[in-house]
Amino acid sequence: MATFNLDITKEHCPMTFVKTKIELAKLQKGDILNVSLSAGEPLENVPRSATEQGFTVLSVAETGTKGIFNVEIQK
Amino acid sequence: MEFTEEQIVRYSRHILLKDVGVEGQEKISNGKVLIVGAGGLGAPVAFYLAAAGVGTIGIIDGDTVDLSNLQRQIIHFTADMGKTKVLSAKEKIAQLNPDVKVNAYQDLFTSANAFELIKDYDFIIDGTDNFPVKFLINDACVLAGKPFSHGGILRFDGQTFTHTQGNVCYRCLFNSPPPPNAVPTCSQAGVLGAIAGMLGTIQAAEALKYLTGVGELLTNRLLSFNAKTMDFRTVHTRRSPRCPICGEHPTVTTLIDYEQAACDILSHKNNS
Repeated sequence: MATFNLDITKEHCPMTFVKTKIELAKLQKGDILNVSLSAGEPLENVPRSATEQGFTVLSVAETGTKGIFNVEIQK
Repeated sequence: MEFTEEQIVRYSRHILLKDVGVEGQEKISNGKVLIVGAGGLGAPVAFYLAAAGVGTIGIIDGDTVDLSNLQRQIIHFTADMGKTKVLSAKEKIAQLNPDVKVNAYQDLFTSANAFELIKDYDFIIDGTDNFPVKFLINDACVLAGKPFSHGGILRFDGQTFTHTQGNVCYRCLFNSPPPPNAVPTCSQAGVLGAIAGMLGTIQAAEALKYLTGVGELLTNRLLSFNAKTMDFRTVHTRRSPRCPICGEHPTVTTLIDYEQAACDILSHKNNS
């Protein structure tokens, strides 16, 4: 089990989740992807889509930077 | 395979789908589909498979583009009149999606080339307008163990089913071709242009489902629709023990070129 990072703060819907899925596709089952994303649409959609598609959202927390969140997704 | 940034954006709506995803798009990109006939059915099939990024699309057709084709064969444009249909289709595909490799065969699909043509493809599309070649596609695919989508349209009606090895084939449902001229062809009876798109896109969806392994194919079922009432009907079908090619005592063991209706042959002569 390994941990990986992905920054999608510069992406817009739907590329936010597209990029997340592409990274998740490279991981092994059980691996964790820390996704850095912006508040608003990405924060609403990425965790929801990840859950819908069978991934586990372990945590959602605001980072040191205001408006930037870290979403921990397990494959 | 590793997708480029451009491909990720181009195929993003597939990648987003839970059942397709990156893995499914890779299967599509590695897929090889042969389309027999670049006409009313072949046109939408070629467009959608090209848009989807099917890696290799083969198109076989012996005809050239005629003015009367343009009412439904949407891959051909007015300026293409007189051009071979396979070249016209290849040019449009290249414009739509340069990722796709197109093998254009300016030829008729016959017993002499059928096995050689289907050999390298994963899935075959019947986009033909006549019974002899529909039976030939069925026979070649059944004997070679290749999956295919049958499609037929006439007037306001369409029908389609998908064959995979071990499932119902065209001859299980229709033993042998009707006598030449017994059933009118599109060129005699007419066809509402848009139903070519209705049926062709179903065939394209079946090809994509086959390549990705998503969902349930239209096997052992015959889907038919009538555009006047917009009624769609799916009839469950069974393999026939008396099927002349896949039944218990097969009589069709080699490929047969049945006689074509007189007007079909004439139109081929006129167009080629």
